[in-house]
Amino acid sequence: MIPYLEKRAEHSQTMVYISPFIALGLTLLGGIMLFSLLGKSPAQALYAFFVSPLTSLYGWAELGVKASPLVLIGVALSIGFRAGVWNIGAEGQLTLGAICGGCVALWMYPVDSIFVLPLMMIGGILGGMFWASIPAFLKTRFNANEILTSLMLTYVALLLLSLLVHGPLRDPDGFNFPESRIFHDAASLPIILDGTRLHLGAVFALVAVGGIWLLLSKSLIGFQVKVIGQAPAAGRHAGFSVNRMIWFTLLLGGGMAGLAGMFEVSGPIGQLLPTISPGYGFTAIIVAFVGRLHPVGSLFAGLLIALSYLGGENAQITLNLPIAVTGVFQGMLLFFLLACDVLIRYRIRFKPVSRLRHG
Amino acid sequence: MTETNHSRHESLLNLLDMTRSYPGLLANDQINLTLNRGEIHALLGENGAGKSTLVKMIYGVLKPDSGQIFWQGKETSINSPAMARELGIAMVFQHFSLFDSLTVLENIVLGLEAREASDNLEARIVEISAKYGLPLEPDRHVYSLSVGERQRIEIIRCLLQNPKLLIMDEPTSVLTPQEAESLFETLRRLCHEGMSILYISHKLDEIKALCRYATILRHGRVAASVRVQDETANSLAAKMIGEELSAVNMTSENSPGELRFAVDKLDYSATDQFGVGLKQISLQVRGGEILGIAGVAGNGQDELLSVLNGEIKATPPSAIRIDGKDCANQGPDQRRSLGLASIPSERLGHGAVPGLTLNENTLLTAHDRMGLVRMGLIDYQKSEEFGRKVISDFDVRCHGVGAEAGSLSGGNLQKFIVGREINQKPSVLVVSQPTWGVDAGAAQAIRVALRELADSGAAIVVISQDLDELIQISDRLAAICSGALSKALPTAEVTLEQIGLMMSGVQAMDSEASE
Repeated sequence: MIPYLEKRAEHSQTMVYISPFIALGLTLLGGIMLFSLLGKSPAQALYAFFVSPLTSLYGWAELGVKASPLVLIGVALSIGFRAGVWNIGAEGQLTLGAICGGCVALWMYPVDSIFVLPLMMIGGILGGMFWASIPAFLKTRFNANEILTSLMLTYVALLLLSLLVHGPLRDPDGFNFPESRIFHDAASLPIILDGTRLHLGAVFALVAVGGIWLLLSKSLIGFQVKVIGQAPAAGRHAGFSVNRMIWFTLLLGGGMAGLAGMFEVSGPIGQLLPTISPGYGFTAIIVAFVGRLHPVGSLFAGLLIALSYLGGENAQITLNLPIAVTGVFQGMLLFFLLACDVLIRYRIRFKPVSRLRHG
Repeated sequence: MTETNHSRHESLLNLLDMTRSYPGLLANDQINLTLNRGEIHALLGENGAGKSTLVKMIYGVLKPDSGQIFWQGKETSINSPAMARELGIAMVFQHFSLFDSLTVLENIVLGLEAREASDNLEARIVEISAKYGLPLEPDRHVYSLSVGERQRIEIIRCLLQNPKLLIMDEPTSVLTPQEAESLFETLRRLCHEGMSILYISHKLDEIKALCRYATILRHGRVAASVRVQDETANSLAAKMIGEELSAVNMTSENSPGELRFAVDKLDYSATDQFGVGLKQISLQVRGGEILGIAGVAGNGQDELLSVLNGEIKATPPSAIRIDGKDCANQGPDQRRSLGLASIPSERLGHGAVPGLTLNENTLLTAHDRMGLVRMGLIDYQKSEEFGRKVISDFDVRCHGVGAEAGSLSGGNLQKFIVGREINQKPSVLVVSQPTWGVDAGAAQAIRVALRELADSGAAIVVISQDLDELIQISDRLAAICSGALSKALPTAEVTLEQIGLMMSGVQAMDSEASE
């Protein structure tokens, strides 16, 4: 019996929903093999990875902390991906948001006012938008590939952050460590669950899911996203501007990534450091695709990927596994998901060896 | 009946009680068909009559629910297109499967089995294209080709496989009369060489000229199975749609109204090397008038439509005027608010988005004019009402406004698109190939609708390669050749010879002088 792929007459709607779960199953299977090769008990390792982080309220709150930036960025990126605008540089936009939001906090130090946080948010959003506007300008003016420009700008942003915390933003009382001053209370995000680190950003992430869902299903601009992504010529005929769409999706993704960056430094971190994100901006791309470019899907995908971050840390502590396992898991998940999408268009059939030879 | 004259052994293909149903629809109900060697056999029927379903079963794309297929007298089940090709069945589809970014040669190589792709393939392509009157340059990229030229690739791709049976789905819909005639010559020659051809078409005179037998489908059943020479075009049409066709001349008698649409010395230079530029295009259309623009495929029709509907902007602004307002520098949405609607020739992906519902597809062009969007939010109830009205006004056969545009048959989707534009009551309508690949009944309905729109005071430009259609509906006729537009002449006075000259670029002035 030899398996082969047979093209389906129509796309399978069931597979659209089932294939992420198949991919998850295959990822777990891959994990079992991986852990066995590393000489660990797979059962123990999978438990440490996926179950034990969620055995306490604190664990659930941490899940929210990790998922917030992923969901916030993931839903915004999915809009761009639907329209065929490939913003790969959310990590850089997140960094700029963190820098600008952080600068507002440091500049207003030690003013105690309820306006500090809103101003920081605006700063974060504008910072992210500014960074995303560069690829948008290059794309619309010179037709430069936004995948390359947005990706390369990420490294510029990371170096800019490093420059700032080593120089002008360094804490004057910080013994020359490359860190900014720790933000004062008015510049720190409120905690919404006592005794944990779960902050206001989680609420914003949920609002973003709802907002983007409304945008996609009800608004004209969301409709334009779908049309331009699926049939650019039909969009042109309708008079929808592709350039406007490039600006809109990049600014939206950049703004949300910037907000997420500001939340990180104002919430869990509390100051500017040379490294502020474990790659949330890149991982959000996985979140968007695992979530089928759907806002609600992105929410669940964000939670799943957040769990892999927590699990990775937990496995590192309890089982002495390298932190790289987290990345391997996330990579496998995306890989299997993209592979499983074949099942939407094809079905697996088996034919006996003899028939294969004849025809 | 003719089938009984031939035993199963003589015939190449024999279909017995082929049945196939879709949810809620019996697409093919016990279809019988006999196709002999060296015969051109017509498959006739309106949209939704079941022609595509039947052909897909022969070509192995669909599986029949029941019924038998006899190939060369032997019962066979055709499970896949690969198997169909193996048996010697080739098919030219109505919608092409070509890669835009590859060349003609590369596209042909991709479609062939490995053993057929030999080194001298390019020479064979040139040879076949010369022999059968299908001129093609193997090194050109597909994106730069017109629809007509793309179809030639598909035909040559099939001929390279030396098939026993060639299935052709509406092959002449994009060809000029001369091109079609030379294709017929090709087909007749192939037929003499022993090839059988299953010819799907709505053009009755073509079937009269080409085919020996015809199987006529109506509502999924065989309505009649006839010898073509015993029939007239009218009797074939009657069997197909179940009623007599009225071939009325639809040019208007009322005198034209005010000037509504004017183009003055419009230039456009092509952006890619294979595109066609437009040279000094001038035209005027008055209210109540239909201007027909004839022309051979690939002479600038696509560019003309894009420039007229705003997909390509032009300068100076006064080069195009709608009701006296300059708009050459405006985009499609701004021109639409001035009253211009347009219908492109490509239905899927240009006129409509195949993956979206009909309801959503109404929004494409109607969102502003029909007030379907308030404060940036879509009023889906209102768009649904609008869509439902289009569906009922234009007799679009579908599951309702929730049906995906891509699931409709070509003719029904075209009726929907035409209806969507006409129901917005435009003052100017520019339409390209309004009835390409649409059956006779639907085509007639579309032409009547266009005439009615003109009679209500709109100015209409129809760009078409179907001369009969243009002569039937337009008040004045012009032709486009290499991006230049001839002078428009009143249809009633123009002779076929003059149109031929105009289409080949000889200025209409000469013919005027000879009157």
